[in-house]
Amino acid sequence: MSNKEWPLWEVFIRSKQGLSHKHAGSLRAADAEMAINNARDVYTRRSEGISIWVIESNKIVASDPDDADALFEPSNSKVYRHPTFYTVPDGVGHM
Amino acid sequence: MKEVNISDLERKFEERIAAEIRIEPNDWMPENYRKTLIRQISQHAHSEIVGQLPEGNWVTRAPNLRRKAVLLAKIQDEAGHGLYLYSAVETLGADREETIDDLHTGKAKYSSIFNYPTLTWADIGMVGWLVDGAAIMNQVPLCRTSYGPYARAMVRVCKEESFHQRQGFEIVTTLAQGTAEQKAMAQDALNRWWWPALMMFGPSDAESKHTEQSMRWKIKRHTNDELRQMFVNATVPQAELIGLKVPDDNLTYNEEKGGYDFSDIDWDEFWQVVNGHGICNKERIEARKKAKEEGIWVREAALAYAEKRAARRKQAS
Repeated sequence: MSNKEWPLWEVFIRSKQGLSHKHAGSLRAADAEMAINNARDVYTRRSEGISIWVIESNKIVASDPDDADALFEPSNSKVYRHPTFYTVPDGVGHM
Repeated sequence: MKEVNISDLERKFEERIAAEIRIEPNDWMPENYRKTLIRQISQHAHSEIVGQLPEGNWVTRAPNLRRKAVLLAKIQDEAGHGLYLYSAVETLGADREETIDDLHTGKAKYSSIFNYPTLTWADIGMVGWLVDGAAIMNQVPLCRTSYGPYARAMVRVCKEESFHQRQGFEIVTTLAQGTAEQKAMAQDALNRWWWPALMMFGPSDAESKHTEQSMRWKIKRHTNDELRQMFVNATVPQAELIGLKVPDDNLTYNEEKGGYDFSDIDWDEFWQVVNGHGICNKERIEARKKAKEEGIWVREAALAYAEKRAARRKQAS
């Protein structure tokens, strides 16, 4: 019995015009065209999308969760990047 | 190679679970947590797929076009649910085809309920009302399960299941309000499906070997007996509303506990079915094996075609 599997694809769906594509899940398909068709059937049976992206899962490069502390530390330590860091006089209104 | 200490990793993992932070595929997790999830999610996937068979039995005999279209849509949803779940299993490093082969060899289980036959049209109503109703009771808390991909799959599944239960209750209600013969058909189906539906929640808490650990890891959020009680409490008034009688003479409302007391389950029957001796066990597995074996040439041809087209494109560029 052949056990050669179809490649794994990640599916991204734009739910409506004006919003970005969002990861919906994954599926198996022989090629890109079949991946789009299968994604239509598996992830958009109730008008969840108007546009689909698929990409072979092994083409995605991801950051390592073990590196998360070091990777994201600079954004945690620089509180002056947020508007609430600054003192402005009362009465200035919305700024 | 980073120096890491297993007990440090375990402590961090436990802290995350305690703080309700979801575990994601690339995060470190104890080997038993991974194994427990692979077992539970793959069996859940198998249940969705095998669950198509008793319903497929009625596609050609649905009483009208509306019912037929609804039944087809429901069966397609079950296939979709199976696919979300197989994808979730793959994020744990399990091989999809291996988990399916485990179903075919009997190593992996699926919900015992699908080993009962769907004898009349009223049974299709019962499958939606009771079987999907019990599944929802089980699946809603799983939307908060500790493993991210499983929780996300459950959110999609739960959104879709509520149509399944309502369409089933509509079928049963229509029969219950029909001729005396139709009402008798609905009552007969309820008599046959009530106890198997209660068995869907699995062995009692005292007998359930996985419950305690799964509760600690927040894979499960309620015990089998808690979920079973919630299901009885929700379903009995629905039966009363449409004039059907739940087949349990000991069923009484207990004011003190705020729920129904009911008879003991026939656990011998439960274990018989779980261990492969239910009415349809053999037929279900045979049907799944046949689907895989007879579909192999299609899958191979699709792959060969995709490879040929990719090679041609490469040559042309």
